[in-house]
Amino acid sequence: MDMLCHRNIDLEATELRLGLPGTSERPITTPRGNKRPLDDFMEGSSTEDGDHLECPSAAPPSKAQIVGWPPIRSYRKNSLQQKKLGNQAETTTRVYVKVSMDGAPYLRKMDLSIYKGYRQLLIALEDMFKFTIGEYSEREGYKGSEYAPTYEDKDGDWMLVGDVPWEMFACSCKRLRIMKGSEARGLTCCL
Amino acid sequence: MSEEDGDHHSSEATSTNSLSGSHPPDQVLETVLESVLQFLTCRRDRNAASLVCRSWHRAEAFTRSELFIGNCYSVSPARAFARFSKVRSIYIKGRPRFADFNLMPHNWGAHFRPWVSAMARAYPWLEKVYLKRISLTNDDLALLADSFHQFKELELVFCEGFGTRGLSKVAYNCRQLRVLDLSDTEVTDDNVDWISCFPEDETCLESLVFDCMENDINFDALERLVARSPLLKKLRLNRYASMRQLYQLLLRAPQLTHLGTGSFGLIENIQNLDDNQECNYYYSAFAACTSLVCLSGFKDVMPVYLPSIHPVCANLTSLNFSYTNINPQQFRSVIVHCHKLQTLWILDSVCDEGLQAASETCKDLRELRVFPVDADEDIEGPVSEVGLQAISEGCRKLQSILYFCQRMTNEAVIAMSRNCPDLLVFRLCIMGRRQPDSVTGKPMDEGFGAIVKNCQKLTRLAVSGLLTDKAFWYIGQYGKLVRTLSVAFAGDSDMGLRYVLEGCPRLQKLEIRDSPFGDAALHAGAHRYYNMRFLWMSSCRVSRQGCEEIARSMPRLVVELVRYDGEEGSFMEGDSNSFTVLYAYRSLEPPRNDAPESVTIL
Repeated sequence: MDMLCHRNIDLEATELRLGLPGTSERPITTPRGNKRPLDDFMEGSSTEDGDHLECPSAAPPSKAQIVGWPPIRSYRKNSLQQKKLGNQAETTTRVYVKVSMDGAPYLRKMDLSIYKGYRQLLIALEDMFKFTIGEYSEREGYKGSEYAPTYEDKDGDWMLVGDVPWEMFACSCKRLRIMKGSEARGLTCCL
Repeated sequence: MSEEDGDHHSSEATSTNSLSGSHPPDQVLETVLESVLQFLTCRRDRNAASLVCRSWHRAEAFTRSELFIGNCYSVSPARAFARFSKVRSIYIKGRPRFADFNLMPHNWGAHFRPWVSAMARAYPWLEKVYLKRISLTNDDLALLADSFHQFKELELVFCEGFGTRGLSKVAYNCRQLRVLDLSDTEVTDDNVDWISCFPEDETCLESLVFDCMENDINFDALERLVARSPLLKKLRLNRYASMRQLYQLLLRAPQLTHLGTGSFGLIENIQNLDDNQECNYYYSAFAACTSLVCLSGFKDVMPVYLPSIHPVCANLTSLNFSYTNINPQQFRSVIVHCHKLQTLWILDSVCDEGLQAASETCKDLRELRVFPVDADEDIEGPVSEVGLQAISEGCRKLQSILYFCQRMTNEAVIAMSRNCPDLLVFRLCIMGRRQPDSVTGKPMDEGFGAIVKNCQKLTRLAVSGLLTDKAFWYIGQYGKLVRTLSVAFAGDSDMGLRYVLEGCPRLQKLEIRDSPFGDAALHAGAHRYYNMRFLWMSSCRVSRQGCEEIARSMPRLVVELVRYDGEEGSFMEGDSNSFTVLYAYRSLEPPRNDAPESVTIL
């Protein structure tokens, strides 16, 4: 039964390496030979069942991601994933665009690069101009308010905010305009 | 665990506070006993008292107001509530801890429903519910909110299964609510504005924690809620809270003692000021919070804003930067002010250098947790034995440590065992599986051996790295107070597990994965399992037959075999003799009937 566990030590004894005879020191570099996951020959592994004395193949498998190791909860892992991407974004330049609102006396400027999605952008717009944007749906645009957020894209066309994926929008948006009243309704009617 | 006795009811009926001479002497004695036992709060003391004799058992049961259920399947609600009739607060723990790491199916069990239904009938005066690793639904929360008119405190840790609709019921119906704490708990977005459901007049709220929530909340409603909650001391915002929102809340609630800052980075420029001027606003807001002792959040931090917390650093006893990816310099600029710090959670992005800075300032540190930014094996990690050594030299009062790293040496671990003899919790996670001492190439046996030998108060231990049976021999030999032991990818043979099962008399929770322990070791520990809360073994060498034998010889032990493919996230098809997890626990009840398909109960 202990055959498998001692296998590593046996290999070590026959290993050729530079050093005085009789030294028992292992090589300093992390010995990959020890990292063979035992799942392969454990009873109840997902790939093999039954005979747990089956011998593993000679070459240890490369570092496959093991479930639940290291023991970090997925919530924490996911938060940090976002963070890593976020930090990369920090080195990109800010993207300021002019924002106009129908009826407002002056324009504002916003940095699009700090937002990670439409939701944050719309909340910021609502906050900046003190109004409410309606519910977005693909079919009807923004329902439920007299405002519609639009943007001028690289081709000079005025588009409704929210139709394309965020990254595509962030790259092609040159300026923003909050349309109001009949013009806004006109836009939604066309859709 | 003693059984109920029939006399229980008659004594209860005559137990009053009157000491008139017409009452027989033993009833007087029992009344006196009850009055005295009211003061006994520690549950272990109470358990001991209840074993003295029947009369003490009765009196203790009658006076226990805090009920702790360490494993929700070890006893049924009916049995527990029949014994303890005056409970005001209840703690229930469900899933085993390794289930957090994707090793068990999501529908494994630990449901709140049977408990809350029984509680609704048995304890209408219930005030506090604390649940850990329990599944609860919106209906369960609605039942809770409807049934307990004096309900005051709800704490959910590592729970899931409900959403904002359930929360809204609690907010609306529990008019005396003081504490609503959701930690590391999944809450689905039912599109309900639960913050607006709190009563319109002044609330009794002392603690509102929702930093784990992944949905946006109605900030205006929150601001109004904070404004009408004069007793609020703890507020932890989620990562959607922007700097400006935080600022506004701080102005409303400078009396806070515990603050979760939300994003600490999401910005809507206040009046188009530049970063430095904004910082001054935040700085003065923090400066007004003279009672602040615990700071957390920083979930999306803009490091340029960090200086604004400097005014509170000198008073901080607890700082949680574990979602905060900052470099050593940024960290140093904060930590250098935190002389009173006792609890510190950080990311390894602060490097050994940051740990050095902490060790120089935080002389009172009791608890340290260092989490990895990159939870991968095989990479150059930013923290190592150098950081551990520095901490051990600077923070002599350390009691609890959780340390993730890519490299470690026995020398540093031995140093910690000598410098920090008060350690109660030592959890070292060397992320490379079976990795030896990075300098000598030897196993990590001596390091962990020194920990159990020198830290004589140690109750919790998690081991990692390359470990032979020798390490387990040390644990069995010296770890006499160890209650919780976590093992992964370690050991050579059954002897390893045997040393632990035979040597550690206080062992309660044993969780092992991917280690070569088999049926012989499993059987060798049979004398222990009735005295343990649970045994977890996944991807080890135990066979179905071995488990069946144990289950047969120990009728009060529930032996569950789980077949679950964590990677696919699904129930494993195939040979019904194979399994991935053995989870065994003592229980007074017959095996549960709410187990999913992937679980077989022997």
